[in-house]
Amino acid sequence: MKVAILQFPGTNCEYDTQHAFESLGATTEIIWHKSETIPADTDLLVVAGGFSYGDYLRSGAIAKFSPVMKAVKTYASTGGKVLGICNGFQVLTESGLLPGALKRNEGLHFISKHHHLKVENNDNIFLEELNNGDVVNIPIAHHDGNYFIDNAGLKELQNNGQILLSYTDAEGNIQNPNGSVESIAGVCNKEKNVFGLMPHPERAMEMILGSDDGKAMLQGFMKSC
Amino acid sequence: MITAIVNVSLKAGVLDSQGKAVHHALDSLHFNGVEDVRVGKQIVLKLNTDDKTQAMQDVEKMCEEILANTVIEDYSIELV
Repeated sequence: MKVAILQFPGTNCEYDTQHAFESLGATTEIIWHKSETIPADTDLLVVAGGFSYGDYLRSGAIAKFSPVMKAVKTYASTGGKVLGICNGFQVLTESGLLPGALKRNEGLHFISKHHHLKVENNDNIFLEELNNGDVVNIPIAHHDGNYFIDNAGLKELQNNGQILLSYTDAEGNIQNPNGSVESIAGVCNKEKNVFGLMPHPERAMEMILGSDDGKAMLQGFMKSC
Repeated sequence: MITAIVNVSLKAGVLDSQGKAVHHALDSLHFNGVEDVRVGKQIVLKLNTDDKTQAMQDVEKMCEEILANTVIEDYSIELV
């Protein structure tokens, strides 16, 4: 399995992501944003976390015009699998590849801590290793993670099973750290080949770091390729 | 040369946490006459044209494509 990982100026999670996927047995390649193509043998394209372009204007707003994004759009529109983590999620919503937008956290603080997440829909290649209702413990680290979508858009997400994860406590009860609509932590597109989430599964791969719940999440992609 | 002043702010139905925080701060400073606070940003563009219609069209396109995220933000344009 080949994982291509995008790198913009300001991306800072590309090596963690690379390490995470390589520990699961994938081969990886980091793709600089100036590239106009992505490798032909890519099985999964990851838009890694960080602060692309210093979050200037809005998080992800400038990155969406990087040369590589045209290739990403073509790849996604032809069924290629794309995963956006944190800033990658913001880039994907700004690009229109995922619905909604990410606003400043309700409490205005940058939040960096482990948080429990509940699996809302496992009917997709990303979360198929987990069961609906499972609770995982994954780090979050963001300033703009307050997911917003209007009521019509929210209904559509619910009807199509596009809500992947929600922020909860250890028992799976809603616990919303950032003001996200319906406590949403991650969504996918209608076709279920583009995924985005604010939490960092690539930082939860070893118990020595507090949790290895990220393994089961990323493993789904390994099985599907 | 035309200067375009673009104001971008969160849409009316979208909670403005910064506005709310500023409102609380104003309250605690005893500015009690403030009904609502919205925080936005201003982007000033100097355009290399004298054609106002063209300038307006161009800036609208810029707003739709990058300057605002119309999922959550509204914008207004003033040409001076």
